[in-house]
Amino acid sequence: MNPLMYWLSIILGGALFGAGLTMATMVQPEAVLAFLNFDNFGLLLVLGSATTLTLVVYQLAKRVMQKPLFAEKFEVRLDKGTKQTLIGAGIFGIGWGISGVCPGPAIAGLGTGNWPLLLTLLGMLLGAYIQGRWFNR
Amino acid sequence: MLNELFPTGMSHFALGGLMIGLGISLIFITTGLVAGASSVFSSSWSFLSKAEFFHQASLKSSRNWRLVFAVASIAGALVMVQLFDVDSVITQVSGWQLFIGGLIAGFGARFGNGCTSGHGICGIASLSIPSLLAVLTFLFTAIVTAQLMSAVLGGQ
Repeated sequence: MNPLMYWLSIILGGALFGAGLTMATMVQPEAVLAFLNFDNFGLLLVLGSATTLTLVVYQLAKRVMQKPLFAEKFEVRLDKGTKQTLIGAGIFGIGWGISGVCPGPAIAGLGTGNWPLLLTLLGMLLGAYIQGRWFNR
Repeated sequence: MLNELFPTGMSHFALGGLMIGLGISLIFITTGLVAGASSVFSSSWSFLSKAEFFHQASLKSSRNWRLVFAVASIAGALVMVQLFDVDSVITQVSGWQLFIGGLIAGFGARFGNGCTSGHGICGIASLSIPSLLAVLTFLFTAIVTAQLMSAVLGGQ
């Protein structure tokens, strides 16, 4: 465990995440809605290139490294794969289709000065609160 | 054909996607953490609310790095706009759509344990079948919703 490098890595990784979303115009709801309306399929390129690179790194890292560089173990994503996962995903898509904003861009987009995204950010915080208080599993 | 599918070009999409993947990959090989975006909306409530749910170990133990990741993503976007020739565009989507869409998406992402980055990028990269099914589900409902909205509102 190396605390300094650990936190620097999270900061650098987060910055790359936000910069990438900006470069790919995903912080603009109009670009997302253009995909959902089949006017521009760029979003699939974004999702495809991001997922392919991450897939290779995730699978290689777990095989060639015994542990992460600055921490003790690789986390495993919890996938219970219940009916609730699909219901939640379906509801998420409805919200995403109304606004054209998913969680990453709702946060990162603020850095581009796209201030109306604050409304989405507040909505998401409220939605997560309602889920946690009254609809948790 | 490609001009019809990608009227604004392809390279910024592919390059941006690679940067997103690089950020998530970097965090994984250095810290072992799986960096989906939406959990921060639950974990951050543990700073403010006493409700038991927000204090479960998986949320409380990750609340600091999730918040740092979120703030860093804002900084990364800011740097991109300041240093490179990337447009800063203020959305024309109406306020009620942004808010209500956010409310529903925030609820759904947390109810279903993931969003576009969590299920979409990290989940598929983890070879998770439930995540793949979640992605197909939210792509389907999002496409139907957006096209219905366009039909009703007269197009974006």
